[in-house]
Amino acid sequence: MKKRKMYFRMITASLLRRRSRMIIALLAIAIGATILSGLLTIYIDVPRQMRTQFRNYGANMILTPAEERIQPEAVAAALSFISQDEIVGVAPYRYETVRINDRPVLAAATDMQGAKAASPFWRVDGEWPDSDGEIMVGKNVADLYLLRVGSKTTATYMPEEATEDTLDNSSDFTVTGILDTGGKEEDYVYMSFADMQQLTGKDKGYDVCELSVSADAEGLRAYADRITGELSSVNAKLVKRVTQSEDTVLSKLQALVLLVTVVVLMLTMICVATTMTAVVAERRKEIGLRKALGASNSSIIAEFMGEGIVLGAVGGLLGALLGFWFAQTVSVNVFNSSIVLMPWLVPVTLLASVLVTAIACMIPIRSATDVDPALVLKGE
Amino acid sequence: MSALLELKNVSKIYGSLHALDHVSLKVEQGEWLAIMGPSGSGKSTMMNIIGALDKATEGEILLDGVDIAKKTAKALTEIRRDKIGLIFQQFHLVSYLTAVENVMLSQYYHSVPDEKEALEALERVGLKERARHYPSQLSGGEQQRVCVARALINYPEIILADEPTGNLDEANEEIVVELFRKLHEEGTTLVVVTHNPEVAEVAQRTIVLRNGKVERETVNPNFTGKIKHITLQ
Repeated sequence: MKKRKMYFRMITASLLRRRSRMIIALLAIAIGATILSGLLTIYIDVPRQMRTQFRNYGANMILTPAEERIQPEAVAAALSFISQDEIVGVAPYRYETVRINDRPVLAAATDMQGAKAASPFWRVDGEWPDSDGEIMVGKNVADLYLLRVGSKTTATYMPEEATEDTLDNSSDFTVTGILDTGGKEEDYVYMSFADMQQLTGKDKGYDVCELSVSADAEGLRAYADRITGELSSVNAKLVKRVTQSEDTVLSKLQALVLLVTVVVLMLTMICVATTMTAVVAERRKEIGLRKALGASNSSIIAEFMGEGIVLGAVGGLLGALLGFWFAQTVSVNVFNSSIVLMPWLVPVTLLASVLVTAIACMIPIRSATDVDPALVLKGE
Repeated sequence: MSALLELKNVSKIYGSLHALDHVSLKVEQGEWLAIMGPSGSGKSTMMNIIGALDKATEGEILLDGVDIAKKTAKALTEIRRDKIGLIFQQFHLVSYLTAVENVMLSQYYHSVPDEKEALEALERVGLKERARHYPSQLSGGEQQRVCVARALINYPEIILADEPTGNLDEANEEIVVELFRKLHEEGTTLVVVTHNPEVAEVAQRTIVLRNGKVERETVNPNFTGKIKHITLQ
């Protein structure tokens, strides 16, 4: 039999035949590794999760025209600078004043799907318009003109300078939804670009385009700078109250997760060190015997460290698997979405567990080498 | 015969206590020596010093012509590994290893574990059938026989046994002494510390220690290596 085989036989026999003590150490390592793996997953995945959550608070970048209006081609060019995976919603708007019941009201033409994606916090009583001739009205407008879901109304375009062509240009609309945001959006009537064009007779073009982009503040700033720098017809600006809040919350959350991870690792180390100290104390006679048989200090260290490393590896593997489950549970319950499995975390958790266990074993093992065989093997 | 082991004026002093006090002793190659004495007489101290488990305060200890008295702890470990076979009263087997693995443990530190050779050693002590049993599954006598197999597996120059029959019943005592007799016949040098006069009487020579000094020395004129039990009236 090779020495190595005997070495592994001794280590496995020691661990398997002294289960009760070793299970405590293994549990401590596995729990530590679970928390480590889980929190690392959350630490890495939390910005993605949080950004998705933050996207519920609306657009974080605004495109405004450098001159009169933004053309759709300029928006397409601006979007080409942004990673497609990060674009959550694009809502272009064009504003005109129209008359309903002979009273002026602000009309906003937009892409309904884009507006829905860019402003998920909008609450609509009824349905979003999905075909021409349908409008959504803000709650204030609905209250003012006594409009309800299903009401029919006529909107008339009232240009600043009326001409023969535009005067008395009217369209009939059906109200499909009442918009409730608690903000200025409640003062508008929302319709499609086609309806707006028919009503006003004006060409395409947007007054503003709101973007919801799932990127950190630095990334957003880079995108905005590039759009403004490279496109002469468009200026990109960040909605600072949103991006700064995101950054502050994220950095605090990550710092908290990191702190908890470090504390858990230290507690694991203390628990393993305590268990290994008890193990060494229990096995003083065995250590003495091994030394009496000719074991060098390095042999004793190798044997106990071997046991520690096996414990660390098994605990680490358990922890890596349980950690994913832990992170998944936290993510589903807190962020309401699944996390992405990061396979590289398995070897990282394994290595970290082995390292933490090895460090925790150092002091107890050092005391094992101090055992005096003549004292511990004494007769009676 | 040449002296395998020689103690020259060896003393071991703990504070004001002289556990060994200028002891001189020779053990010849292939000799069977018994060391007797009351508790506290210095038997275990002498055993530890001869067994390279402890250092003498003064004096010379020549093992195979080499003075081990001034050796470092590391060098003493090598001497124990290469030259000495130890047998203890409390057996001291590793509880989570089988009998054969306990024997192989000694090989592991000495050179290379060889299961076949370890099984042969167990066969010599009549325990081949119990090779896969754990110490808890063996009787006291069987455990001590495993210890004998472990002590002889590396062909040591000297076997030191500290109260080897102290925890055994009469039948197992006989078995162990018989094993010593066989080892002696094969030329193994034996030093046996014992309280038991019956065990001491089977040795070739007996020394009696008292207060750290050799009080007397007797040579067994009728040495047979066989134990004779005394029936108390």
